[in-house]
Amino acid sequence: MNESDVDIDHIANLARIELSAEEKQKFSADFGRLLEYFEKLKSADVEGVEPCAHAFPVYNVLRDDVPATPLPTEALLKNAPAARDNQIVVPRIVDDAS
Amino acid sequence: MESLNFKTATELSEMLSRKTVSAREIMQAQLDRIAEIDGEVGAFISVDPRDALAQADASDARRAAGTPLSALDGIPVAIKDNIAVANQPLSCASKILEKFVSPYDATVIANLKKCGAVVFGRTNMDEFAMGSSTENSALKKTSNPWNKDCVPGGSSGGSAAAVAAGMCPLALGSDTGGSIRQPASFCGIVGMKPTYGAVSRYGVTAFASSLEQVGPMARTAADAALLLDAIASPDMHDSTALPGAREPAFPRIDDFSKNSGKKLRLGIPKEYLAGTLPADIQNAVRAAAAWYEAHGCEICEISIPSLELAIPAYYIIATAEASSNLARFDGIRYTRRSKEATDAINIFSKSRGEGFGEEVKRRILLGSYVLSAGYYDAYYLRAQKVRTLIRDDFGKAFENVDFVMMPTTPETAFPRGGKTEDPLTMYLGDVCTVPANLAGLPAISFPCGFSAENMPIGLQLIGRQLADAELFSAARAFELAHDFSSRVPAGI
Repeated sequence: MNESDVDIDHIANLARIELSAEEKQKFSADFGRLLEYFEKLKSADVEGVEPCAHAFPVYNVLRDDVPATPLPTEALLKNAPAARDNQIVVPRIVDDAS
Repeated sequence: MESLNFKTATELSEMLSRKTVSAREIMQAQLDRIAEIDGEVGAFISVDPRDALAQADASDARRAAGTPLSALDGIPVAIKDNIAVANQPLSCASKILEKFVSPYDATVIANLKKCGAVVFGRTNMDEFAMGSSTENSALKKTSNPWNKDCVPGGSSGGSAAAVAAGMCPLALGSDTGGSIRQPASFCGIVGMKPTYGAVSRYGVTAFASSLEQVGPMARTAADAALLLDAIASPDMHDSTALPGAREPAFPRIDDFSKNSGKKLRLGIPKEYLAGTLPADIQNAVRAAAAWYEAHGCEICEISIPSLELAIPAYYIIATAEASSNLARFDGIRYTRRSKEATDAINIFSKSRGEGFGEEVKRRILLGSYVLSAGYYDAYYLRAQKVRTLIRDDFGKAFENVDFVMMPTTPETAFPRGGKTEDPLTMYLGDVCTVPANLAGLPAISFPCGFSAENMPIGLQLIGRQLADAELFSAARAFELAHDFSSRVPAGI
């Protein structure tokens, strides 16, 4: 297996996924093969070709601005791992000291 | 009573209107069959029999009152585990969503309920619809009903196996790069990816938003058309759902048979009938082409040169979109949070590291890489330009032909475990299906033969944008003239 020169720690940090040492080794090797295969795209002549994000143009859909009943807060919070006072509980992100 | 398990939805619907069967009896027959064989097949992650029977009873009450809601009133439809059904679990076959319960109905589900269909069961899939064998499910294994040692295909493998094994007449799948058509092909049923935007994606867990569509899986093209008509609609909750009324497909199901004199042109891309294709698949496709030719169509060889770039373009675009779409699974909002988390950053990374399976991690990482500074132009932007080339090549092809015809898959169902160690080999199996997703075109897979090992072979027709009804009707004429669709797997 050929190791790729992809900085797997950097990518894992961008993706916010903690990886084990074995996973890093495996994904690094996989990326080597996959990126080598993706080189195929370089053979395409794309000079002057517009990129497309959708196959067909997508237009925004607007609705009439009338009040509607949204889902109740309790229904939405039911799936949260931790909730209190109608809010999701998260770790502290601001230090007291600052 | 004659078995209700291998009847088509159209047959069951007629029986319901003649009152020779009740919706409860139909639903009970599916539940009995599931109890009998699903331990072996593994198509369903979960089933809620009480809820299903209550829906069936409500349908019987409507029929008794003479007010059925549609032809589908009382017909069971199994649901892939990435489509939200209010108050039912939705896990995308992932540990990260193991305990999630949907607070609302996806638009396709709301549409089915308006038709009176009995919405039931959560069918197994590759985690977050990423895979081609359903082996990436974190929750259970699914077997191919035609050979228990083979995969059912994926990612909608549970839906395909459930229909093929007579556990439901209809099922919904989702197709991002072939995830309806490929398992349909592997399991010997009909699967259809609608024109992009024909069906709302609201309430469907997003993997690659610009590519995917929910679509029907059924035993016949007629049933699949009926199901698509029920789920397709514009939607103010989804800006990519096409606005305006759509022409229903089912009323036109016999168009092809009636107009066999009209010369349709079917193009076979020479890139797909090359020497690498197994002989039995080549022969089945050529035999189908000969049948269409004998029934008034003109068959021609075409060339779509950019097709060889479809796999790399697809896997760059799909993983890039996945890395963005799956960022929402952060340990904050959706059920699973790592117990090891200590701060605002590792709550994300630990929850995701523990919750996602290997293939999902691989694709999110790959997507993050192709979008990252210094690589964006070389990979993502270039793939988007190649997508334009593929779309335009199809446009050119459709100036001369009405349908593009090719096999759905370059092989029949493969043995379980055969490809799990090698992601690239697994990806290459999608070579015939991803082009329709990149180009946003409707495509159908239906049975056209069996291999020497008695495994089903699927034929794929790709049509112009919004030619969904024409695809069903061409498939319908073929299935009526052959017995491939009516064969059922032995030994299950």
